[in-house]
Amino acid sequence: MKTSGKSAPILDVCDLYKTYRLPRRQELKAVDGVSFSVMPGEVLGIVGESGCGKSTLGRCLLKLTPATSGQVLFEGRDITHLPERTLRPLRQRMQMVFQDSYASLNPRRRIGDLLAEPLKVHPDAQGHKRSSAAIATRLQELMELVSLPTTALARYPHEFSGGQRQRINIARAIALSPQLIVADEPVSALDVSVQAQIINLFADLQKQLGLTYIFIAHDLAVVRQISNRVAVMYLGRIVEIGDADAVLHTPAHPYTAALTAAIPRPVTGLARPVPLQGDVPSPINRPSGCRFHTRCPYMQTRCQEEDPILHPIDDSGHEVACHFPLSPVASATHCNG
Amino acid sequence: MPANMPPSALLDVRNLRVSFPARGQMIPIVDGVSFTLNHQDILGLVGESGSGKSVTALALMGLIDAPGVQVTGSVCFRDQELVGMPQKKLRHLRGKEIAMIFQDPMTAFTPVYTIGWQIDEQIRAHERVSRQQARARTVKLLGDMGVPDPERTANRYPHQLSGGLRQRAMIAMALSCNPSLLIADEPTTALDVTVQAQILELIRSLRDTHHSSILLITHDMGVVAETCDNTMVLYSGRVAEYGPTSALFASPSHPYTAGLLASIPPLDGPRPLRLPAIAGAPPLPQNRPAGCAFSPRCPYAHTACTTALPPYIATGPDHFAACVLPQEGTPLPTRIRNELVQESPQP
Ligand SMILES: Nc1ncnc2c1ncn2[C@@H]1O[C@H](COP(=O)(O)OP(=O)(O)OP(=O)(O)O)[C@@H](O)[C@H]1O
Ligand SMILES: Nc1ncnc2c1ncn2[C@@H]1O[C@H](COP(=O)(O)OP(=O)(O)O)[C@@H](O)[C@H]1O
Ligand code: SF4
Ligand code: SF4
Ligand SMILES: [Mg+2]
Ligand SMILES: [Mg+2]
Repeated sequence: MKTSGKSAPILDVCDLYKTYRLPRRQELKAVDGVSFSVMPGEVLGIVGESGCGKSTLGRCLLKLTPATSGQVLFEGRDITHLPERTLRPLRQRMQMVFQDSYASLNPRRRIGDLLAEPLKVHPDAQGHKRSSAAIATRLQELMELVSLPTTALARYPHEFSGGQRQRINIARAIALSPQLIVADEPVSALDVSVQAQIINLFADLQKQLGLTYIFIAHDLAVVRQISNRVAVMYLGRIVEIGDADAVLHTPAHPYTAALTAAIPRPVTGLARPVPLQGDVPSPINRPSGCRFHTRCPYMQTRCQEEDPILHPIDDSGHEVACHFPLSPVASATHCNG
Repeated sequence: MPANMPPSALLDVRNLRVSFPARGQMIPIVDGVSFTLNHQDILGLVGESGSGKSVTALALMGLIDAPGVQVTGSVCFRDQELVGMPQKKLRHLRGKEIAMIFQDPMTAFTPVYTIGWQIDEQIRAHERVSRQQARARTVKLLGDMGVPDPERTANRYPHQLSGGLRQRAMIAMALSCNPSLLIADEPTTALDVTVQAQILELIRSLRDTHHSSILLITHDMGVVAETCDNTMVLYSGRVAEYGPTSALFASPSHPYTAGLLASIPPLDGPRPLRLPAIAGAPPLPQNRPAGCAFSPRCPYAHTACTTALPPYIATGPDHFAACVLPQEGTPLPTRIRNELVQESPQP
């Protein structure tokens, strides 16, 4: 794991599992042994196809869903076993932003009231209850941070476009000056022209406020734009993690290579790679050995029997869970000509 | 399209306008759309959500029957006028000559019958064949669409199939009567990228092996670049630009197309420090500004843009844009990839 000098990780995840119990004694391992750590001020992107466990992992990190086993250390403190009362003051330091900008806003309340709510509930940095003047000032600041006019405070959620509502959700997430934000597909529902504005806003706030993000999305290009590091998930497990450009441009895991090759580029005349065959297997009956072996073009006998563990392939923090990782040259399939 | 075929139009749409009633007013959701779709051609229809892509597709199929809706203009399919054609005749055309596939395959299938049974019925509705003959065709089609073990899969119910297999089964059903025109509305939007790549390859092969013409609706510029021969960009219910895909991507003539391409985060090459986003959001059809609908967001907007509808003029071979710039002698510069790229953000 990457430990850059003196500072300690803000988030340390150790061997995290989340198993959903289904009818007829079936089990679904949505998160199946995940470990990683994130340094303060870092942006870790999490990518993977539908159902691979990204949202479940995100919710477990903030203890919005209890993990089945494993640990999540936030600023060195294990939060997985903290009772809700002890967790409460920590909650304001970790926030979440979701995909559906409308569902997360109460339609009957004005934006100003929605944003004031957490400020009324939680005390300020000195532990004092905030005055209404302090709250009003903070609301103005928040509007400025997310580039909305202060007149927006008096209006209702339905009066805004999807992009503007996502700005409001972001304002709410940063209202209490958190350290960590877990954003789950925060731009997936937006059109590209608006999506670019919101990605820029996330990037600006990250720099301005020194935030740490876990940025979850299925769109690799979106994730690369904002992340320092990227983790690729497949069927509940991280199969590759490392520097964003190293993972996406010189993938070592055959799945990452297939995933990046499958993204249609907005450029004509590129050679088309052979698509990966088949669908993602059901997480209820995940394949034995390497979970990717049913679709992997490089599969060997060993892959069907032995589950590969995440291991470093160099000293830059690039790790991969594959018995036969691709060499950097072979994997650089899509370059810009 | 192959060089040995004359570039004749299979579908010729002129000034299509679809207006919905709202608060005592008629709102033109699709506002004067014109284009042609050639034989054995894939035409991409791109635009942001709400730009009128689906309404255009439904109007072409004669499937808009909400009370009070007005459809005007002309849709000429193989020399037959579809606007105003009686529903009975349209129904015969649909399924046989023109077929449509949707984003959600569940809407195309009934949950209570096997997919094989439903495709058999579709074939038998248009042709006099026995049940066995129909099933043989169904199994062959499913196999052609890359469905593994087609005999067994035909006997399964829609909910028992994965998203990718359901999409293949829906395409098989759409192709069951060899339609000459296939309209695909966001056929891969709900799929994972690895499965999307398979379906796009299938769609390309339909053009080559089944000689189908395809109208492919998507909001993904990457999908268009990979799949379509020609591209039409819709903005607020109007055509902003139309042209051969390679020309349109290499050198967009409309500021909206250029802005859209620039705002896509690149996957390859260096990362821009900031994305060149287009400010604002598209207008609602009822609040369309006078003149060019893109003018409130356009970096090149000036007085001429807001006084009248911009002319739809040729900017290259078979390439058109609805913008005053080409006429004023100041066309957009050729798109240079990575021109906007600055240094990568530091960790
Ligand atoms: N409450 C639940 N009960 C049972 N299974 C669940 C529950 N929530 C999620 N799952 C299953 O867990 C797996 C992981 O789901 P999750 O929502 O974390 O995936 P995801 O990677 O976020 O997918 P997407 O890209 O579609 O959002 C899926 O197979 C999903 O069906
Ligand atoms: N039946 C309807 N009645 C009124 N307005 C409609 C109807 N169907 C679609 N619209 C409106 O038409 C516009 C275009 O919709 P649509 O064609 O579905 O967009 P797209 O497919 O490009 O996302 C939207 O503003 C939508 O709200
Ligand atoms: S362990 Fe084997 S099957 Fe799994 S990704 Fe590596 S080569 Fe492929
Ligand atoms: S007509 Fe004017 S406002 Fe519209 S796209 Fe062209 S330059 Fe921009
Ligand atoms: Mg999710
Ligand atoms: Mg649509």
